[in-house]
Amino acid sequence: MHELSVSRAIVDTAVAHADGRRVTAVQVRLGRLRQVVPRSLAFYFELVARETVCDGARLDQELVPAALRCEDCGHTWEIDLPDFRCPRCASVNVTVATGEELEVTSIEVEEASACIV
Amino acid sequence: MHRVKVRIVQDALDANATIAAANRADFDRAGVTVVNLMSAPGAGKTSVLERVLGELGDVRVGVLEGDVQGSLDADRLVSLHIPVVQLNTDGGFGGECHLDANMVRSALGDLPLAELDLLIVENVGNLVCPAEFRIGEDARVMVSSVAEGEDKPLKYPLMFRACELVLINKIDLLPYVDFDLDHYLHHLDTVHPGVERMVMSARTGEGLDGFRDWLVGLADRARDHVHA
Repeated sequence: MHELSVSRAIVDTAVAHADGRRVTAVQVRLGRLRQVVPRSLAFYFELVARETVCDGARLDQELVPAALRCEDCGHTWEIDLPDFRCPRCASVNVTVATGEELEVTSIEVEEASACIV
Repeated sequence: MHRVKVRIVQDALDANATIAAANRADFDRAGVTVVNLMSAPGAGKTSVLERVLGELGDVRVGVLEGDVQGSLDADRLVSLHIPVVQLNTDGGFGGECHLDANMVRSALGDLPLAELDLLIVENVGNLVCPAEFRIGEDARVMVSSVAEGEDKPLKYPLMFRACELVLINKIDLLPYVDFDLDHYLHHLDTVHPGVERMVMSARTGEGLDGFRDWLVGLADRARDHVHA
């Protein structure tokens, strides 16, 4: 459901960096813990991009797995289910190592080619 | 024409974070503590507020009511004789399903911030989107009702991890629903170990004192800080 808002934020970020140039692709990194559905995001992105310089741009989504780190024993592991306790020492002093990303990493824009004399 | 790659690496929600910081600065200047109240539709946010906000002692409280449409919730709070401002999100694409920092900012002018100690922002009922958008609040509280089922923390970890306090509402319904409180709490501690929680019923009034005291404590801490 929040894919609409997230796509708006992505398009706004891309437009701000495009400097008026046409955007042909937008690269994003999405952490699994952000609960963004890739197909939904692609759908809304196309819709929101219309009437901006991102119209027709490709959305490249890099999905980042959720990994946790135990601050007590140093164990690092990936999770599929939202279990935020250390499987090695049972500590709850656990931090998210990866999986909370929601970043625009780059955009691809069209530029007029320089004249070759 | 040729294509050029432009490196950015920017949080997509940076713009929201910037506006949330501006809200925060305004709240600090006015000495207002802000609570972002979130839940699924129908979990009982407004009912809890109806029962609690009239009994906060000398804490001056106001409410910013977020809804896709209409003012049904705001109307319910009128009898409390506190400032209530309605914020509708339907100006956007079919109605936004959450409040973001900018929407809250647009309503600040309608609120008598200087005359408030505590502002409750009742978010749009939704268990996903509101968790993504900070609004410049001090604390995030969610209402989770036993009628929703004991698996909800596992299904909506983003929301359950985003809040500092979970209110488990409608416990008067426990005899009538398949909801094992111990299972629920186990799921809650799996997703957000040790998060503060309170068990209550806005209908019978059971357990509401705890939340009332929590709100007064939160506002008092901020007032002490200003006077220090």
